[in-house]
Amino acid sequence: MSDPYVLTVNGAERRVDDAWLGESLLYVLRERLGLPGSKTGCEQGECGSCSVAVDGELVCACLVLAASAVGTTITTVEGLQPERGDFTDVQRAFVDEGAVQCGFCTPGLVMAVHDLLDRTPEPSDLDIREAISGNLCRCTGYGRVVAAVEAAVAVRRGVAASGVAP
Amino acid sequence: MTTVDAGTAARAGTTRPGGLGGDAPRPDGGPKVRGEFAFSNDLWAHDMVWGATLRSPHASARIRAIDVSAAVALPGVRAVLTADDVPGSRYYGLEHRDQPVFAWEVVRYAGEPVAAVAADHPETARRALAAIVVDYELLTPVCDPEAALTGPDLHPDGNTFRRLLVNKGDRTARGPVVVEGTYELGMQDQAFLGPEAGLASPGDDGGIDLVVSTQWLHNDRDQIAECLGLAPDKVRLTLGGVGGAFGGREDVSLQVHASLLAQRVGRPVKMVYSREESFLGHVHRHPGRLWMRHSADHDGTIVSYEARIVLDGGAYRSSSYHVVANAACFSAGPYNTPNAVVEGLGVRTNNPPCGAMRGFGAVQVCFAHEAQMDRLADACGIDRVELRLRNAMAPGDTLLTGQVIDGALPVAEVIRAAAALPMPGPAPADPMARPGGAGRTTDGPDVVRGVGFAVGFKNLMYAEGYDDDSHGACRLERGVVTVTCAAAEVGQGFVTLCQQIGREVLGVADVVVAPADTAIGSAGSTSASRQTWMSGGAVEKACRSVRAQVVAHVAAATGAAAADLDLVDGHVVAVSGPVAVSIDLAELTAERSFTDSVRFQHRTTSPLDADGQGDAHVSFACAAHRAVVDVDPELGLVRVVQVATAQDVGRVLNPTAALGQIEGGIAQGVGLAVMEELLLSDGRPRNPSFTDYLIPTSLDVPEVVVDWVEVPEPDAPFGAKGIGEPPVISSTPAVVAAIRAATGKPLVRVPVRPGDIVGL
Repeated sequence: MSDPYVLTVNGAERRVDDAWLGESLLYVLRERLGLPGSKTGCEQGECGSCSVAVDGELVCACLVLAASAVGTTITTVEGLQPERGDFTDVQRAFVDEGAVQCGFCTPGLVMAVHDLLDRTPEPSDLDIREAISGNLCRCTGYGRVVAAVEAAVAVRRGVAASGVAP
Repeated sequence: MTTVDAGTAARAGTTRPGGLGGDAPRPDGGPKVRGEFAFSNDLWAHDMVWGATLRSPHASARIRAIDVSAAVALPGVRAVLTADDVPGSRYYGLEHRDQPVFAWEVVRYAGEPVAAVAADHPETARRALAAIVVDYELLTPVCDPEAALTGPDLHPDGNTFRRLLVNKGDRTARGPVVVEGTYELGMQDQAFLGPEAGLASPGDDGGIDLVVSTQWLHNDRDQIAECLGLAPDKVRLTLGGVGGAFGGREDVSLQVHASLLAQRVGRPVKMVYSREESFLGHVHRHPGRLWMRHSADHDGTIVSYEARIVLDGGAYRSSSYHVVANAACFSAGPYNTPNAVVEGLGVRTNNPPCGAMRGFGAVQVCFAHEAQMDRLADACGIDRVELRLRNAMAPGDTLLTGQVIDGALPVAEVIRAAAALPMPGPAPADPMARPGGAGRTTDGPDVVRGVGFAVGFKNLMYAEGYDDDSHGACRLERGVVTVTCAAAEVGQGFVTLCQQIGREVLGVADVVVAPADTAIGSAGSTSASRQTWMSGGAVEKACRSVRAQVVAHVAAATGAAAADLDLVDGHVVAVSGPVAVSIDLAELTAERSFTDSVRFQHRTTSPLDADGQGDAHVSFACAAHRAVVDVDPELGLVRVVQVATAQDVGRVLNPTAALGQIEGGIAQGVGLAVMEELLLSDGRPRNPSFTDYLIPTSLDVPEVVVDWVEVPEPDAPFGAKGIGEPPVISSTPAVVAAIRAATGKPLVRVPVRPGDIVGL
């Protein structure tokens, strides 16, 4: 067992006791900190289901050793700040546009799309497809996911123009 | 980007908010986008331990001895189980119990479970597995189905899961134009994103409570009960959140192992497969080798058809028996075929077991019969689409099995509709959109475009006299409708449909879908495109019963005629007649509830006779796909540009959900066409990971253009057909036909590899 360490997750300092040093950030988030929103799909960085932001950078939590994330700022899907009722604009668009089927890939996709729109507010179709190409989805064929991104972009455009959230 | 045409029939819509025909959102959508939805690998229980499975690395071996002593001695290890520790039946299986819970004496495939452990930490469990010593005597695996057919038995049940002959008409009839070919398909995997997972807890009564991701709770329950030596009512299953299925969760994976461990340890046991173990731990789509010969008149009218279909079922039977039936029955495609001789074979080998995957036998034969249709059209000098139209089945025509199609089957309509959909623009200048994509390997002038067309069909529901049922319950209380059904929601949207039905029938906005569990009767499997019909039918029947009770009650209380009453916007109102009625349902049901629990069945089917003849099927659905590809013939790279489809859907109940099914199915069909194959080496999977087993990404999928063909199915609730499977059936042959058109290569095997195009 390792010495206790502290992770900063979704704005809170979380102490991790009695952990094995080899545990991934994904394992610690899910099994020790009660944050199962990040999903375990492949454990080798291929599926994107565990996407989280570490110091603002989108990463696969399965590829990060938890103990190495000490001193960083970690944001998981549970830490996204809803500005539209219980939803972020991206989450709302996923539900409305039918981008969710089984939903296993969804939290990772939501993280990836927020990351995209933070960097590229007006993405092209190819920008969108590149941005989510690290997130495997087996249900949707990505059609409704791309539609959801476009819908979220349209909402942000409307907000920017009017200064009012719809 | 997807374009949806207005449809070729009037949309049978609804005026009820959130009812049938509209885009009702998923009730689980909010929890899923927020990461709050509990998938079965998110479960946690106080005091739980972790289960893990030891699997054979060999495809064929004798077990001389198993020594678990070192594993038992590891600190933190709570139990180690082998075959000797199974208290009940040592065998399980979806349709036939031929698969050992744990192998003893012999292993028949690489990945077969040999032992299971429970430990305090998943890493401790993995170390315990590594500490188990199994003394194997290696045998030469039999990996070729043809060799298995003539070789020694690999199992006491023999090596032939099924040999089905289908003989129709005059076996000597021949037309002047003859085309013949042999076609092969590799092993496709369902590759659902959420690996197998479950949490088994010992009950106070000596029973087991299992929360698990599955397609069929009650079938799992019965297998677990047999293996644990418990009465079925001592095994209680609840559906955990299911991360996709596509057929791969119809068979038991960890259900028995987790339950045995919980029974032994006396504490909750959580089991979660890794991605590699998921590839090893569920059945795959049957690889196949298919020979077909068609003859026709010069005008393209099919005269005769012969086929031999060999499907590799792997080591255990799973659903091979019925996959063979589907393959044989639908092997000629939706074309009038007066004379046929078909042999369908499902064979046991030492390859990984194969069973259900979306399309269930129809995928394999469609790849072959559609290549044959193109060859036939070319040999007759007829346009390929025209040849298909000329032979297209319609209601009143007969299948290979002699069954007359008495429901809807608009084959010619889907062909015409798909052929009429808009074509994509020319190849874009952006190198990212060329074959090879971000590799920037392909120069613009090297790109060759091809177009292909394919048509497919299959049955809906189970068949051959296996006439299953579904149970549903409805409760109206305090103005809220609660619907209960054991149907497994695996992502397809059955929970949405339940709400739509409740709103439609009872005029109430607030419809709650109760958790699916074994406390209610079986809903059957979420497979065979059957749940909208079967469990949708059960839920509708239960809701209609409650509606009738409410109407009768209000009619008696007010003196209004029952026929004048309707349930609208949460009220019982008189829409005609002399008595004015407007009663708030919430008030009416504040003190008393209206409930019913019902059983729903489809019409009966018959077994097939010795010639494969009989009314074995309930209903059918067809689709046509047109694919456009860009190919770099020198590098063998393919970009699927567009897939256009028209699908026979009966009636669209939720356009957004239906579109998602079609786009998702096409992505899997494209995957089989150009990327997806579980490669085997002496029976051992070589690529059981998402690094090496490639499924389409957002950059691999084509533009999808969809047209619905809505011809309501007379027998089906709401006229709706299951829509999940047709998208995956004919999309694969359409893509391959397009690559053939671009390259001139025969391409008789999928997935098409670069070497097949380059000619290596």
